[in-house]
Amino acid sequence: MTALLEIRDLSVVFDGFTAIDGVDLTVDQGELRFLIGPNGAGKTTLIDVITGLTKPAAGAVRFGADDLTGRKEHEIVRLGVGRTFQTSVIFEELTVVENLDLAASFRRPLWALAGRRRGISEAVEHALTTTGLDELANEHARVLSHGQRQWLEIGMLLAQRPRLLLLDEPVAGMSLDERSRTGELLTEIAKDHTVIVVEHDMDFLRRYASQVTVLHEGRVLTEGSVEEVRANPKVQEVYLGRAREEADDAVR
Amino acid sequence: MTLTTERPVAKTPPATWRTRLQGPAVFATVAVLALVVAPLLLEPFRLGLLAKYLVYAIVALGIGLAWGQGGMLVLGQGVFFGLGGYAMGMHLKLVEAQGDLPDFMVWSGVEQLPALWEPFANPVFALAMVVLAPMALATALGALVFRQRVRGAYFAILTQALAAAFVILLIGQQGLTGGTNGLTNFFELFGQDLALDETQRVLYIVVAVVLGLLYLGARQLVNSRFGRLLVAVRDGEDRVRFLGYNPATVKTVTFAISAGMAGLAGALFVPVVGIISPALLGVVPSLELVVAVAVGGRFALAGAVLGAVVMGYAKTTFSEQFAGGWLYLQGALFILVMTLAPRGIAGLLRRRRKETR
Repeated sequence: MTALLEIRDLSVVFDGFTAIDGVDLTVDQGELRFLIGPNGAGKTTLIDVITGLTKPAAGAVRFGADDLTGRKEHEIVRLGVGRTFQTSVIFEELTVVENLDLAASFRRPLWALAGRRRGISEAVEHALTTTGLDELANEHARVLSHGQRQWLEIGMLLAQRPRLLLLDEPVAGMSLDERSRTGELLTEIAKDHTVIVVEHDMDFLRRYASQVTVLHEGRVLTEGSVEEVRANPKVQEVYLGRAREEADDAVR
Repeated sequence: MTLTTERPVAKTPPATWRTRLQGPAVFATVAVLALVVAPLLLEPFRLGLLAKYLVYAIVALGIGLAWGQGGMLVLGQGVFFGLGGYAMGMHLKLVEAQGDLPDFMVWSGVEQLPALWEPFANPVFALAMVVLAPMALATALGALVFRQRVRGAYFAILTQALAAAFVILLIGQQGLTGGTNGLTNFFELFGQDLALDETQRVLYIVVAVVLGLLYLGARQLVNSRFGRLLVAVRDGEDRVRFLGYNPATVKTVTFAISAGMAGLAGALFVPVVGIISPALLGVVPSLELVVAVAVGGRFALAGAVLGAVVMGYAKTTFSEQFAGGWLYLQGALFILVMTLAPRGIAGLLRRRRKETR
């Protein structure tokens, strides 16, 4: 296995508050990695650094042969890193297929966008079937339910054929039914993509995760399989120290 | 894997030949009315006024593109209108002076033709500058401003300040620009006598055709992938960045196109109305057109055009009856539209069409 993403000694400081403190993280090609941790552990901040939204105070983020630190958001996307956000932000005034097509066309030069879209490209077709949104292809995205919005967003990522997908709490706010469908979708995607998932939901983690990294107060607490992590006393302590319920969830 | 829909979703009706032909049919009808009926029915004075409204409609089209589609509230289109107008005006002045100094320079005590003026004697150069100068300025401004992620109200205020500064600059350079009076006393355009009704009628046709072509071009752009991208930038600039596009480029290109349209309109304005002066392109005229676009409906290109023509006509008619009252009516209309029908006249028409279908 070769490392696709290598984070070395990363630190992020917000106005004197150290959000990430010397994190090392290596994600191999083809891996499905879950990032968990209590609130404020630095999960989303880590994703923000990888995608260029937040500038690190120190450390390196290597993606394949490229260094991602200091690059602009759209440049990082062009290198093949795609992400979703906690609150899905799709384009409501565009139809589902237009949303996907826009995502899929991002490598075209700007002048090549002056033409009308004719038909549906292969990448868009693939994203439509994978996310199961075929039926809604020509509907405006504003009519979609919360779950469908998240799937559309994941579909937009797929249409871009990224080398690394970063999903930030993909099942937050979803119904049980939507959760399991999202899980199936994730399993499907992980077959031929490298994926990092930030997730709070412990039930979801147990069902779909294999490799887990636990963050706590800006540091990597431990890494390993779901069983190893759950058996780790330090992890139990962190969750115990936080909230009883969450802890029960984590160690059950 | 199929994901079920939770909410019942209203299917959009399939595009039948009737709905598909509706747009072109309306366009053709308006084109016949504008190009055949209006020149036959309207007396020269009224036709000249209509030509002026259509010139403004070209600026409005650009505002519709930048503001309605791209979300950039452009409050200083007068600057670009002015650049186009002055480029044209300078050329006409030079042709008329026949190698001498233009009249206003003589009055201002200028003894030698300023270097800035010289190339404008060439009609090709002047016509190119009509479009290129505004586009270049807009590109430079956009590249600076959009990359710094200046947007929303800050961008709007910036464009307005630019219009204010431009007027001060024009007035200050009396010998170069004609100062407050601007450039006027034009007698001929490419050898045609501008005082003749026939010339004015041809000019009207030219304006109408230019507007029609620009409308079709803008429509094509809105319906293209670029147009979808523009709407996406309007509704979620940050999200667009994470799709791998640079929103600053998309906005700069659109801003430049809208500036080019305003410049072309300014150039057409000069022979139609016979003057270009600072008062015609400052903050107030720039704002008036934005109000017109809002009233007509900024989200539809046709709404922007309609707004400019309707508000232009209303201004003339109302000012003929109650001089000075127009400003209040215009303000009241703007507030009314913004509170009751934020999508303007076009939005109301579209809603009615949906209900009757």
